[in-house]
Amino acid sequence: MDVAFIIETIVKIVVILLIFSALAGLGTYFERKVLAFMQRRLGPMHVGPFGLLQIAADGIKLFTKEDIIPQNVVKPIFKIAPVITAATAFMASAAIPFWPQFTAFGYTVHPIVADINVGILYVLGVMAIGLYGPLLGGMASANKWSLISAARSAAIFISYEVITGLSLLAPLMMVGSLSLIDINNYQAGGIENWIVWSQPVAFILFWIAAFAETGRTPFHLVANDHEIIDGFGTEYSGMRWGLFFIGEYANMFFISFVIAIIFLGGFGDGTLAGAIQLILKVAFFFFFFLWTRAAWPDIRPDQLMWLCWKVLMPIAVINVVVTGIVMMF
Amino acid sequence: MFEAIAFYLFAALTVVMFTITVVTSQALYAITAMAAGMIFISAFFFILGADFLGAIQIIVYTGAVMALYAFGMMFFDTTRKVVEKRVNPQIVFVLGVLAAILVVAIFVAPIVSNNIHALYPVQEGVGNSQAIGMVLFTKYLVPFELAAVMLLVAMIAGIVLAGKKMDKSLTLMTEEDIAKAHPQHESHHSAGGHH
Repeated sequence: MDVAFIIETIVKIVVILLIFSALAGLGTYFERKVLAFMQRRLGPMHVGPFGLLQIAADGIKLFTKEDIIPQNVVKPIFKIAPVITAATAFMASAAIPFWPQFTAFGYTVHPIVADINVGILYVLGVMAIGLYGPLLGGMASANKWSLISAARSAAIFISYEVITGLSLLAPLMMVGSLSLIDINNYQAGGIENWIVWSQPVAFILFWIAAFAETGRTPFHLVANDHEIIDGFGTEYSGMRWGLFFIGEYANMFFISFVIAIIFLGGFGDGTLAGAIQLILKVAFFFFFFLWTRAAWPDIRPDQLMWLCWKVLMPIAVINVVVTGIVMMF
Repeated sequence: MFEAIAFYLFAALTVVMFTITVVTSQALYAITAMAAGMIFISAFFFILGADFLGAIQIIVYTGAVMALYAFGMMFFDTTRKVVEKRVNPQIVFVLGVLAAILVVAIFVAPIVSNNIHALYPVQEGVGNSQAIGMVLFTKYLVPFELAAVMLLVAMIAGIVLAGKKMDKSLTLMTEEDIAKAHPQHESHHSAGGHH
């Protein structure tokens, strides 16, 4: 292993961390503006032009707020839980190709930290570890609402992992590779080669499961304000609470990248136009997360489980079987 | 060199994590350390170039198995220490040391006698997941299918054991229906007076 490779990897990691931490902050601004627009309000307006500096104000507030550790909590676990959420979100990004490879100053750059040949498996596995943030935070908090939230998060994540895995199986059978770059190149021919046309059912299922994996409305039961206050976040304050948010928003961006790459052609043939298309697709999926939050109420936990095990899972299994039969004959 | 550094780093981390799992009396420390240890084990697969097994290690042990342990943790107060009943610590110590020596002997014996052969050498130009598939569906087909059947049996048994009243939902029933279906609950509620 040469030194240039190590330096390049470190630079990539730092760039991805900086961009997506900033995007997570910007994401909260977008969310407030979009929700305000849909609810006929103005949203943040006072700090800076169009309230843009509200992000900086929020950041300063979060960083300088007192870091309260309540009396009866299990201290080390309570402290480390938010870090797990944020860290696993960024670890998952290691295998996502954010941009086609390009040449700058005679040096070819691959905008992916580690091109392992089981990319999608790694991304989903590490995102699944994100479950430990809410789970451990909720159990260590010595608070009944937090504990309920921890139990719910474990149930939801485990259930919807089944949907994610089964819905992805059908497109992966067609591509024959687990690498996100191979999946992208499979659809490089153009819009008619996108997997969404041959696997519409898998696309919808994966999209629904993405809402559960990121804990967004209508599956926002882990921190449902009107029943369990802020769930696992109830006892947290300051930047520890902020880390939960950074993890959630980073996860939303990364899962949007994954959906766009697997089902909607990714960056296509790798030209600049394809790369810009990828960013637009990701922006649409991120906007859709906010749109559903404004348009739909949260559903009950038992409805969520019913939807997962009695509706989505049978459809996913049937989809896999049908795909297999079609591919064989 | 980097592989050696990574190996010793993750080996030390794994040993420390599993030591915490065994030694601590705080259930939350145990479960967190065990999950971390499971993740660190996946590092060895990645170092050896077995990416598929590494990812599976993370998904199965950390995602699925540990999450089920976490469900088990819901049955007791995790913020308190677990008081263990130690009747005879000497026997535990002796058995533990014996088991450790036995495990080391089992793993060291083939290395010392140079008796390790790769039965299925790595094929050139075949990806990680394809290689696993080839071995699973040729040499280990029968164990693989048997494991699948056993899992199916376990799943059906679980559904039969747990699913006696699955067609009824307490959330959707009215209070009267619940009282009719569970007469003892009714008396409990009126006696407790907290409903």
